[in-house]
Amino acid sequence: MTALVRLSGLQIAACKDGGVTSIVRDIDLCVEAGEVLALIGESGSGKTTIALALLGYARPGCRITGGEIEVAGHRIDRMDEAALRTLRGRVVAYVAQSAAAAFNPMLTIMRQVIEPALVHGLMDRAAAETKARGLFRALALPDPDTVGDRYPHQVSGGQLQRLMAAMALITDPALVIFDEPTTALDVTTQIEVLKAFKTVVRDLGTTAVYVSHDLAVVAQIADRICVLRGGTVQEQGKADQILHAPAHAYSRALVGAAAPRVPAEPIAMPPPAPGEAPLLELRDIVAGYGGLDANGRPKACILDKVSLTIRRGRTLGVIGESGSGKSTLARVVAGLHSAAQGYVNLNGVPLASRIADRSREDLRRVQLVFQNADTALNPAMRVGQTVGRPLTFFHGLRGRTRAAEVARLFDLVRLPAAIADRLPGELSGGQKQRVNLARALAARPDLLLCDEVTSALDPVVAEAVLDLLVDLRRELGVAYMFITHDIERVRAIADDVMVLYGGCQMELADARALGSGPHHPYSRLLMASVPHLKAGWLETTMDPFAPVPGQAGATADGCRFFSRCALAMPGTCDLVRPASLVADDRLIACHRELAEL
Amino acid sequence: MRRPRIALAVGATLVGAALLSALVGPLLAPHSIGAVVDLDVFSPSSAAFPLGTDYLGRDVLSRVLTATRYTVFISFVATMIAASVGIFFGLAAASGSWLDMVLSRLFDIVIAIPSLMFGLVVITSLGASIPVLIGTLAVVYTPGAFRTARALALNVAALDFITVARSRGEGLSYIVLREILPNLIGPLAADFGLRFVFVALLLSGLSFLGLGVQPPYADLGALVRENIAGLGFGAPAVLFPALALASLTVGLNLTIDTLTGGRKATR
Repeated sequence: MTALVRLSGLQIAACKDGGVTSIVRDIDLCVEAGEVLALIGESGSGKTTIALALLGYARPGCRITGGEIEVAGHRIDRMDEAALRTLRGRVVAYVAQSAAAAFNPMLTIMRQVIEPALVHGLMDRAAAETKARGLFRALALPDPDTVGDRYPHQVSGGQLQRLMAAMALITDPALVIFDEPTTALDVTTQIEVLKAFKTVVRDLGTTAVYVSHDLAVVAQIADRICVLRGGTVQEQGKADQILHAPAHAYSRALVGAAAPRVPAEPIAMPPPAPGEAPLLELRDIVAGYGGLDANGRPKACILDKVSLTIRRGRTLGVIGESGSGKSTLARVVAGLHSAAQGYVNLNGVPLASRIADRSREDLRRVQLVFQNADTALNPAMRVGQTVGRPLTFFHGLRGRTRAAEVARLFDLVRLPAAIADRLPGELSGGQKQRVNLARALAARPDLLLCDEVTSALDPVVAEAVLDLLVDLRRELGVAYMFITHDIERVRAIADDVMVLYGGCQMELADARALGSGPHHPYSRLLMASVPHLKAGWLETTMDPFAPVPGQAGATADGCRFFSRCALAMPGTCDLVRPASLVADDRLIACHRELAEL
Repeated sequence: MRRPRIALAVGATLVGAALLSALVGPLLAPHSIGAVVDLDVFSPSSAAFPLGTDYLGRDVLSRVLTATRYTVFISFVATMIAASVGIFFGLAAASGSWLDMVLSRLFDIVIAIPSLMFGLVVITSLGASIPVLIGTLAVVYTPGAFRTARALALNVAALDFITVARSRGEGLSYIVLREILPNLIGPLAADFGLRFVFVALLLSGLSFLGLGVQPPYADLGALVRENIAGLGFGAPAVLFPALALASLTVGLNLTIDTLTGGRKATR
């Protein structure tokens, strides 16, 4: 077979402050017709830069400085802008990470999907629309005949991503570039999109370059994998070989980070003294936005009767997809959002719902760690000062004692003390997240609320931060509320796990009980949706969107998960809120019997 | 990368020249500001009078050197007052809801009055002294500084590190002064520079109407007005004050643009 795509000696440089920095060096790649090549690496590895070079495009400030780029017989590196324009969207098509940002909200979907075909004059409007409907069907979109008449905000994120693939495929391009197309999606949606992509790529025999940082996703779709780091190729080979016998040390680290974590050793805690109140106790918390109705419920109810307890030194994992109310839960505990009903107890004493009414001692005991360290650290403040402020605020430390304590905290989060004089902009993502943690620890809290603290980090860095959290817990005895969408992470770090869906508690279980015995159908769906590092997993896992006939939606009093539940019982589940089934190590909110789950 | 550097060099040179003449200009002036030294009026450039003479036969070079001091000094003080008052209230408004309401409506009222009209009314009733000029210019340009500071502060106040400080129980003054203000220095400096240009132009406008600095002293706008009759002869007496004013504003704009643009690029 001949190579359809050939890169040889590709060099890309960035011009900054008058200097030229090489960001991609000596890339040699081939993709054969009908093959899917994955480019994998962490942020800054040059994977997207290389993929864009296949379109003859370099981002502003960057320039392709050398090498040959050949796609389907066209020498991209020798073409001018006008020639490239006739090529883009026709010979090489691009699927971006955020479909929501790539669609024009003012135009119907159909108009945008067929635009590449019309722009290049490949077919007339009627033919293009017929072809688009065929693609919608192939991509398993609901209502393929009418979905094109809608506007982008009227379809879900996962559907929009598939519509974008249809836009790319409408011209039958020789090469499609997928740039992290599922990274921004929830796990359950990710599967749906991956399945659609895989089917369509196989059926149409499309040649594709798939850019991702997630090895387990790549394992499902790629024929060959190319591991990148710092702008150079570390290793390339057949998918099986990279996944099961990686030769390069960095590939091994990547595979290691993608493998399921071994759960942390359970930490021996002295059993609670009889009558000792739990560290944190939430009872029937109702919270949301908008005014309250006659029953005292907010108009937009984000959390609905959530109860939980965290004992001293324990970790509660809170899992849910976007919109499940998990961040609001942390905000209620931190006092940033007032609950409409229910109460929060800290050490058995009710906690005021607003920050202004809480004592400084109560504020000190609960500290919030945000997901995005880029916005959680003041860019104009040296990190030593950022970490030192809570020391002054809560403990009255100043001058040399404060500096010594800051150094000790940096040591605790495994950062060099010399970093204290830097600004956040001068640190890497992992370092920023450690500073973020150090600031929370400076207050000497009893409870850390960790809101998706590892989600924005590269897998290898995220693993290191998780290790740090486990160590800190052992050294300091702090308790965590660990909020995440990633059930694998929770299983490894938490003692107890709470599953939220639509603001309701679906299941509360011992972390070790996950994966065995009865579970809520939604918990099962979540666990089945985490990609495994194994080719062919995608075909064997359960289909999260297996059509459940006649289940449109539940009434306000019904089970929130009704419309997506495979075990739902119409007439019961959609009308009545389920009570909790109690087993010795789990609580499940479902109408079915334990034996059925 | 090349062009900003040239722009910065040109801008800095022009601004530097204006500042230099504001500081030491009157000492360098070859003649006294009010002295009639030429028998002819509107005479062209010569060795004795490099920029010619004006409508009374006074040396234009001496008058421009002195007038620059008035233009730069009055504009600077007025801008300083407008910016500090505006930023103070802007930051206060960004952190409290009812205060925001009161202050915003108050400054809206000031904005609603046309600036030149406001200047004319105030100066005709209070007389054209330098303190009155400064006060008028400051009042006219405070609402703009207020709106800019408020909008910038609102953007920063929505970021997570402010939420972290709030959840720690920090007071308002700490959040505004230590967390928010340091992040606004760049854009506020740019706004200060632009406002300085507007103030200098309004001052010149007032002087052109005869309400600015009074004779025998003059600012650049007044020099243009008094020599306007020379325009028909192409006299340097009307061209050079106008040129001085133009180079000050263009130079300042170039400097601000490159400084803030560079900041954005490195971020």
